[in-house]
Amino acid sequence: MDVDEKLVKDIAKTARLNLTDEEVKKFTPQLKEVISYFEKLDEIDTENVKMSIQPVEVRNVLRDDVVEESYSNELALSQTKHKKDGYFKGPSAL
Amino acid sequence: MKISEYIKKVQNKEIDIVSYTKEVLEKIKKLNEEYDCLIEISEELALKQAEKISKDPKGKLAGVFVSVKDSICVKDVNSTGGSRILEGYKPPFNATAVQNCVDEGAIIIGKTSQDEFGFGAFSVNVGVEYKIPKNPIDKTRATGGSSGGAACITALADFPHISLGESTGGSIVNPGSFCGVLALCPTYGRVSRYGLIDYGNSLDKVGPIGKTAEDVAIGMETIASYDKKDSTSIDKEIPNYLEKLNSNINGMKIGLIKESLDSGTDKNVKDVFNKQIEFLKSKGAVVEEVSLKKAIDYGIAAYYVIGTSEASTNLAKYCGMRYGKEDELKGTFNEYFTNVRSKYLGDEAKRRIMLGTFTRTSGYRDAYYIKAMKIRTLIIDEYKKAFEKFDVLISPTTPMIAPRFDEIEKMTPLQHYMADVLTVGPNLAGLPHINIPIETETMPVGFMVTGNHFD
Repeated sequence: MDVDEKLVKDIAKTARLNLTDEEVKKFTPQLKEVISYFEKLDEIDTENVKMSIQPVEVRNVLRDDVVEESYSNELALSQTKHKKDGYFKGPSAL
Repeated sequence: MKISEYIKKVQNKEIDIVSYTKEVLEKIKKLNEEYDCLIEISEELALKQAEKISKDPKGKLAGVFVSVKDSICVKDVNSTGGSRILEGYKPPFNATAVQNCVDEGAIIIGKTSQDEFGFGAFSVNVGVEYKIPKNPIDKTRATGGSSGGAACITALADFPHISLGESTGGSIVNPGSFCGVLALCPTYGRVSRYGLIDYGNSLDKVGPIGKTAEDVAIGMETIASYDKKDSTSIDKEIPNYLEKLNSNINGMKIGLIKESLDSGTDKNVKDVFNKQIEFLKSKGAVVEEVSLKKAIDYGIAAYYVIGTSEASTNLAKYCGMRYGKEDELKGTFNEYFTNVRSKYLGDEAKRRIMLGTFTRTSGYRDAYYIKAMKIRTLIIDEYKKAFEKFDVLISPTTPMIAPRFDEIEKMTPLQHYMADVLTVGPNLAGLPHINIPIETETMPVGFMVTGNHFD
């Protein structure tokens, strides 16, 4: 896998991170070293092996669809200064 | 005094818990100035809880001081996962593990320092402008990570104390090893993850750190519970951990993980570790070698693919809205979101977000993420096979003693990841494992015992 500055910038953009030129220079060889190391996984044959999404078997947990007491609107909004008319206020979408 | 004796005294009102709490808080403040093991001391909460206990001294943990890793939520106390991006977040609820302690009469003294969101093996990857905790035995060395502050305060505490740590790839036993304390990472699902600031949901576990086996047993008995609020929590009978403390090991079949004593492990660690094996044999245990080649040789790669993949999705929600650090609302949503993340996330968080974004990207997902999840199955199978023959498996906890800060500075991120070589296996497989400290004339060495699920 060819990990270069262009790839690092592309990944950063997808991950919603702005990197400075200095950060791109620092991270590129570091990520290259790690991703090359990941390629070690190719040494193992995994044909017909199932994935383990969890380490132990967990079952689907469902509950009845009934209305329960939850946090109040006021409490949910208590952690932010950006709010208006009982809603979270965000930056413009476009 | 043993923790059980102390609890009895509190229950019998033989201790003035309010003035003792004040004394302990003063001690902690002094220790923290020197070691930076706590991000926040919850003085007000501790005194309020002490007042309550003085009137009604009930519970399994009556009057015991409990410190909590910053990534575990404590109601109305700053809980940031060690990250600047969550600055100012005061959860309106307790994590279930914390609530269980409070219900049993514990006194919460503060939030312990850690690698940002748990991303590290030395607690040097702290959030932007957070302080790095120092090793309690030698301040020029690291505490280990990511629950570094938790192990540090545990080693320093000369009062009845338990710390709640969290492990994703070894973050409970690793600092236990470097700071010389007992640290238990339970089976995945044994302790509720409700209220834990996620790193990797399929890997995260909350567990107790203490000075003695009794501390850890009482802590475990308190925090283990089935919790409807965590769909991965498992409803299985909780054993009496205290009763099992002085069990005989005569005839116990112990598997010594062969690859853990290969060239990657320092000679001084091997020498100290091997002496303990002789001790186990003298007590009647049968020790034989077992090979766990896949876990040791491929565990790091599989763990870092899975861990960073899960982390990058978990951290996507931190965007400077709703809670945590906020800026002035400027620009479009994407510009604002990107700006906040770039400013308030540290280097290692950025690296892991990028690694996890890459391994899940269309075109690479099968080669990395899916492949790693399949290798995880093979690693779990390897352990299950070993447990057909052995009761427990042993190895050193870390391949080295606590490194010095100047040594860590020279390491690349991949070299940091290699410190987890012996701990990623049980974490990928969700197996319970404990660090038992071995004192030496210099720095402690960690002895790790891994058990089968729920053992």
